[in-house]
Amino acid sequence: MRIKNTILFSLISTFFLIFLISIWKILATLQGLSINSFNIEIIFIFGLLISLAHLGIGDRIKSIHKSIIFSSIFVFCDGYLIQKLPIWYNVGVFLILYFFINKISKYTFIGLKEEHSTQVILFDFLTLFGILFFSFVILFPFYMMLVTSFKTQIALLVNPLDFSINFAQDIKDLFKSYFVIFKSYKFGKYIVTSTIVSVGTVIITLLFAIPAAYAVARLNFFGKTFLSTSILIIYMFPAIVLVIPLYTIFSQLGLRNSIEGLLIVYTATTLPVAIYMLQGYFKSIPKELEEAAILDKLSWFGIIIKIIIPLSIPAISSVALYVFMIAWNEFLFSLMFLDNPNSFTLSRAIQYLSGDAETPRQYLMAGSVVVTLPVLFIFVYFEKYLVSGLTAGSVKG
Amino acid sequence: MNDTLANTEKKTAYILTLPAVLLVFSIILFPIFANIWISFKEVELKDIRIPEPRAKKIVKSISDEPTKIKILYKLRNSSLIQEIRDVSFQDSFPKNFEIENLDPRCSYEKYNLKCEFGNWPAKYRENFQVIFATNDGSKIDKKNLKSIKPKLDGKSDNILLNTNFTLKNFKKVLFENEFIDLLLTTFYYTFFGTVGSIIFGILTAQMVNQKFYGRTFMRSVLLFPYVAPVVALAYTWELLLDPNSGTLNSLLLNYQIIETPINLLGQKYIEISILGFDFKLRLALTTVIMFEIWRYFPLAFLFILARLQAIPKELYEAADVDGASPFQKFFNITLPQITAVISILFMIRFIWNFNKFEDVFLLTGGASGTRTLPINVYQQGFAISDIGMGSAVSIVIVALLLMFMFFYFKLLGKRVDEN
Repeated sequence: MRIKNTILFSLISTFFLIFLISIWKILATLQGLSINSFNIEIIFIFGLLISLAHLGIGDRIKSIHKSIIFSSIFVFCDGYLIQKLPIWYNVGVFLILYFFINKISKYTFIGLKEEHSTQVILFDFLTLFGILFFSFVILFPFYMMLVTSFKTQIALLVNPLDFSINFAQDIKDLFKSYFVIFKSYKFGKYIVTSTIVSVGTVIITLLFAIPAAYAVARLNFFGKTFLSTSILIIYMFPAIVLVIPLYTIFSQLGLRNSIEGLLIVYTATTLPVAIYMLQGYFKSIPKELEEAAILDKLSWFGIIIKIIIPLSIPAISSVALYVFMIAWNEFLFSLMFLDNPNSFTLSRAIQYLSGDAETPRQYLMAGSVVVTLPVLFIFVYFEKYLVSGLTAGSVKG
Repeated sequence: MNDTLANTEKKTAYILTLPAVLLVFSIILFPIFANIWISFKEVELKDIRIPEPRAKKIVKSISDEPTKIKILYKLRNSSLIQEIRDVSFQDSFPKNFEIENLDPRCSYEKYNLKCEFGNWPAKYRENFQVIFATNDGSKIDKKNLKSIKPKLDGKSDNILLNTNFTLKNFKKVLFENEFIDLLLTTFYYTFFGTVGSIIFGILTAQMVNQKFYGRTFMRSVLLFPYVAPVVALAYTWELLLDPNSGTLNSLLLNYQIIETPINLLGQKYIEISILGFDFKLRLALTTVIMFEIWRYFPLAFLFILARLQAIPKELYEAADVDGASPFQKFFNITLPQITAVISILFMIRFIWNFNKFEDVFLLTGGASGTRTLPINVYQQGFAISDIGMGSAVSIVIVALLLMFMFFYFKLLGKRVDEN
């Protein structure tokens, strides 16, 4: 049992080490270093040796000394294998090894005797592996988007793997793509349009949704159950089905290429979920407050303004942020309704830009950064509100 | 007293809900019916513009005669395919203008020129000229004359409103041999996209549910692909996967994993042999599904994580006492607790993936074997300009979705009964 566990432990930890080193090598390659091989076989042998040695030595040396000794040996051998690499690469390898040995140091030879210890080890390492894997897979495209926007077309074609940014250059050269898209491609105007459309959608949606949600949550009227169930069914209705009739109707009414047209459509598509989210929250507000207000002869309007809205600021903010995000990111309707560059939103403008094969990729990526940054900033800053909005309204997308 | 109170309550409720209901009705429900209507018609993109009678007014002075003026109207029918009936024309003039040549179709009363032009066929054009002179001999102000615009009016058929229906669109959609292919592509895309995102969602939720340093940060990062704009992400992926100088291909070439670049988004099939079996993989479709999973697994993650955090800790403690292994705990405690969430997620994601348009459109435009039904709506309606066909395809989508929901709920209902 113990032998089997020992073998499994060293294999799992070795694969984890190979994964760590490979990611580091990929990142180093993207800084322009020429590394042509992962040297998997050698790292595999080293990993096995380190894990076994770790188990064998046990507590006989202080763990910090052990980590430093093993890491240094590995770095020297690695440095011998691939020579002429800058010192920062080797420092990185050292830190990775240090981290790795710290991770495995909680497993001891005696611990491996325990029942389920292989499964526990597998679970631990899978979690670690998952954290790194998903961080890499998710963040890498964002990293690439950002870095590409600072490069030049020639540099990208000469060595597509060199993403190192030269910070020594003039700030005008560094941000050249951004200057170009704002000057020659009118991105400033598109930002204004996108902001007007998104903020406008939020305001109109809230104006319509708060009264309706209040009625659904509190008042008794004929057709109430029908209304509240149909809200969600309507919400599930696909946008692609609405596109052709809306296009024909808007063409005949002359609403295409207008901000008003977009505002109407965005509001209508976000209203159901806004009402759904708000009415759920309104129901949780104690009724006694309103009863006191009715005795004070406050009208329904007064109740909404003076009692409901101040009490449901968190729910209203999460609806507002969620609606803002949907309107800002929306692409399908802006593609259908806007064909005049003067009324483009940001998303539509980037798609238009990419339609021209001549457009250098760094401009495209600079545009993408411009459209992505506000949303990510809002998301990170107001995460608490947005996550509750996402969970409630997440049928959309 | 109570009765009146209930009545006012009702009234208030209707006043409060009416704006929202009206808006949703006119922008969502009405178009759905309009879609059914259009799908039974032969309509092309150019037909939806309503034909208008138009006139361009040109003012010309006549040499040596400052009290006279020549006005030329360039009349035309804006439509290339439809006629306009009973075109009427009206233009007004200053109070000292007398007409010199009155067309038999027109009348001049109280300084208003009114004409009845009758019917204009499609593409109709006419140069219509009138000459005026001032009756008091004063000079003519050309600018003032130009600023007054003539009014034209006419009747025309709105092709959308007549009652000529045809089944041609549906016949074309359903019985053309590519329909099965379209349906299969859409199904692969939807099914694997949904299942993949749920599997990744379970893995990540299980991961974040454990305690580790930087857990809240990890939770935000996992949601990035879902909150970022699809346009930006799709183009970034396109650059990443580009066969000529894309990062992925360059990396794989650099590490000698592949010998020639792979066009992940532009190649329909790739030959793969595993254990001696050769089979063809739909490469571009697989890549698009990968993007789909990457972009939407955060949603599954969010749902499942919320559910995982609600599982009572006692269950796991009891399992620990019984000496259960981590995998036993996962399969016997965690999975049964999240099946309900997963079945809801499956339905929601299935429906939305089935209708997904933007992702495929931006990545491949529907080329190299990635044409799904929603892409077909766009291509029929706007690339081929056949609005009727596009509508018919979207009606087929709705019908398929309703069928799916019907069977899904029936199946789900059965399982609930069994439990």
